[in-house]
Amino acid sequence: MTMKTSTRQVDGVTIVDCSGRITLGEGSVILRDTVRDLLSKGQKKILLNLGEVTYIDSSGIGELVSAFTTVRNQGGDLKLLNLTKKVHDLLQITKLYTVFDVKDDEAAGVKAFK
Amino acid sequence: MFRVDELDHKLFAMTELRASYTLDSTLETVDNAEQTASRIAAEAGFDEDEIMQISMAVREAAVNAVLHGNAYDPGKKVRLEFERTGHDLVITIRDQGKGWDLAKIPDPLAPENLLKTSGRGIFLIRSFMDEVQIHPSQTGTEIKLVKHVRGSSAGAKEASQ
Repeated sequence: MTMKTSTRQVDGVTIVDCSGRITLGEGSVILRDTVRDLLSKGQKKILLNLGEVTYIDSSGIGELVSAFTTVRNQGGDLKLLNLTKKVHDLLQITKLYTVFDVKDDEAAGVKAFK
Repeated sequence: MFRVDELDHKLFAMTELRASYTLDSTLETVDNAEQTASRIAAEAGFDEDEIMQISMAVREAAVNAVLHGNAYDPGKKVRLEFERTGHDLVITIRDQGKGWDLAKIPDPLAPENLLKTSGRGIFLIRSFMDEVQIHPSQTGTEIKLVKHVRGSSAGAKEASQ
């Protein structure tokens, strides 16, 4: 299954629902383009919902880091929502779990931007 | 104990496995290698978590071979081998690149490297496999991945029933 994203607005926060695989090639590119597109429209509060993401490789991890630093550098913020156990474990072993602000409740995630 | 060892030996002797593939230096190869590893790991009796670890390690090694080793050169191939030996699944991935310097790969867990967007592949491979050997040379890099089959506990259960 390839990567898909759809975006919705909740209280000034853009929630990006991601599904599929964030891996080298298409998956990573789609995530990059989605974030770039949001920033170009001035949407800088981004909550990435990874609940339906089945697989992430090192390229995908790099893309998450890249999205995070790009958004931060433009004065915005990017948080992660609904990590699966696999993705949680990957962020844990790469020590990125503490770098990202990770939420498991959408309402709390949206509130955390204020 | 003797009975358990004997049972293990028989189980593995019955399901001995060896498979090898020669693949192009493309992104499809990376996906193929991952899927093949996943299938073979499942056939070898690994559990779901172990299958994921093995397929991810193979994927990362294939990425290294295709991108960093062969640099997408259509004239260069990636060799992928699986072998079941005794209590191990041994996977070898070889490229035809110029070889890379392991010492130059920075520690991805160092605070100054945490926000780098690349450089985690080898680290993930080492995290997921029981043994990892990397042999770079001027005619290509070979990486050997070993995962121990933990079937002995399953064998012990059967033997005690």
